[in-house]
Amino acid sequence: MPKARAPLESPGVPGWIQAMPFGLVFAAFFVLPLAFVIMVSFWDYNDYEMIPAFTTRSYTESFEGCLTDLPNLCTMLATYLSTAKFCLIVWALTLAIGFTVAYFLAFYVRSATMQMVLFLVCTIPFWTSNVIRMISWIPLLGRNGLVNQALMGAHIVNQPVEWLLYSQFSVALAFVHLFTFFMVAPIFNSMMRIDRRLIEAAYDSGASAWQMLTNVIMPLSKPGIAIGSIFVVTIVMGDYITFSVMGGGQIASAGKIIATRLNALQFPPAAASAVILLVATMVIISVLNRIVDIRKEL
Amino acid sequence: MNEGRSPAFYALAAFFALFVLFLYGPMIVIFILSFQGPTGGLTFPMNGVSLHWFYRLWEGGGIVDIAGAFRRSLALGLVVMALTVLLSLMAGLAFRKKFGGSDALFYVAVASLIVPSIVTSLGIAIEFHVLDDLVKNYAPSWIAATYTTSMGQFTSGLGAHLTWTLPFGLLVMFAIFNRFDARYEEAARDQGATPWQTLRYVVLPIVAPSIVGVGLFGFTLSWDEIARSSQTMGEHNTLPMELQALTTTVTNPDIYALGTSTTAVSFAVIAIALFSISVLNARQARQGSDAGQA
Repeated sequence: MPKARAPLESPGVPGWIQAMPFGLVFAAFFVLPLAFVIMVSFWDYNDYEMIPAFTTRSYTESFEGCLTDLPNLCTMLATYLSTAKFCLIVWALTLAIGFTVAYFLAFYVRSATMQMVLFLVCTIPFWTSNVIRMISWIPLLGRNGLVNQALMGAHIVNQPVEWLLYSQFSVALAFVHLFTFFMVAPIFNSMMRIDRRLIEAAYDSGASAWQMLTNVIMPLSKPGIAIGSIFVVTIVMGDYITFSVMGGGQIASAGKIIATRLNALQFPPAAASAVILLVATMVIISVLNRIVDIRKEL
Repeated sequence: MNEGRSPAFYALAAFFALFVLFLYGPMIVIFILSFQGPTGGLTFPMNGVSLHWFYRLWEGGGIVDIAGAFRRSLALGLVVMALTVLLSLMAGLAFRKKFGGSDALFYVAVASLIVPSIVTSLGIAIEFHVLDDLVKNYAPSWIAATYTTSMGQFTSGLGAHLTWTLPFGLLVMFAIFNRFDARYEEAARDQGATPWQTLRYVVLPIVAPSIVGVGLFGFTLSWDEIARSSQTMGEHNTLPMELQALTTTVTNPDIYALGTSTTAVSFAVIAIALFSISVLNARQARQGSDAGQA
């Protein structure tokens, strides 16, 4: 929990009044809605409306066949397993790329101005539309895209490679493209906080650049790595847009279950899958939280 | 690391350059392709250069009411930006003092970043459905008779966007006030400034450049938001929602023209913000204290 330095005394308007509008927004549009999601997930429903009567129907239907069909996976488990696979791949790639970029910015760029400029270069795409950044892969990876034109021009393949777009590959690629920033920013922040005297001490003790990286910088960057990991993993877990746009409608995901059920205008089953997703997300965060105490590091 | 450039530097610099190419390359490709000639397709080669697809887009040929969606998104983005700046600033000031529930409020704001957007969106949609049912069934008949829904762009939609922009605003405020030198305030107070005067003439001018940054987050995050908007905008779609709907039927370059147009707005806003920040910083440097100088 970051503590902003307080003035000696606190005159003027009391803090809780100043924070009230901010708090009310979250009460009305976040806390209360989550309570409604949990409540409605236990409601009954028919084809056109939800019925306020307690039932676990939405949950039992969600997990239908999960025990009886073993060893075959039910839809819910299969979908979560597939989403977890994407989480792992995207996490590993964004971590490797994000760490390297942050390491370069923090330790190899000399002037503070240049550091800020280059960091800004990494940030600007984050302020533009994700969907546009997804569709921008179409002219490159499509059937007649630049990559296929190049491959065929070089006679590496005789017909266009089909798995480049609307595939698991393009989904993972888009995730890395869109969300590596969420790794770069917190890791860069952690690295900038490392006391430069520690680096010098390691250098004076005869550490090689590699030893410095693995014994000093990596352990001290752990908080940033943990925060970045939470962002990336929860984004992939809850995403449905990237999976739909880049997967060509063929790839299931945990977030897409909710969207699909919502398209059928069935609130209780959608709410039940939202609760399942929330629980899964919370489990992941608590595991990551064990690795590092996130509260201390923001 | 201070003398000369090591081989590691060149390797890492090359990696960074590739990363930047990876970030910007595809975007640049669709900007170029949006100027495709009238007979051109979704990929290279370019069949001439024209503004054909931009005309088609803005005349509404092929795509429903893009101009309307554009106006709606712009209006919503500006309102979200203003509220994000105002509420984050107030909350940022509040967090410098002690107040009951400040820890809880902080955790809720961070949770709002982490809880999947589709879940928040669903919750708000359910909330407003329940609210609508309550009004229809229990409100006085003169209200209930003409009532349809309270869901809309500036009710549920606005709230949904704020749950996304405000946490970023608060984190930026924390970063600002962590570096803020409280001695400026004490000096103002010692000279008899009221709390309001201290805020207006001392604190706000010092933090102004960073406040512009909060506004930048507010607008750009709202301008491109989809997942939270998906269930909460009521009857009309915002621009990114229209764009996403178009991706399922990509057949000609007008989707690139739309992409180029919305990105142009994003870049314009980023440029205005960065320019304002540099002007404010320059002004601060110019009018800064001359204490201790000859």
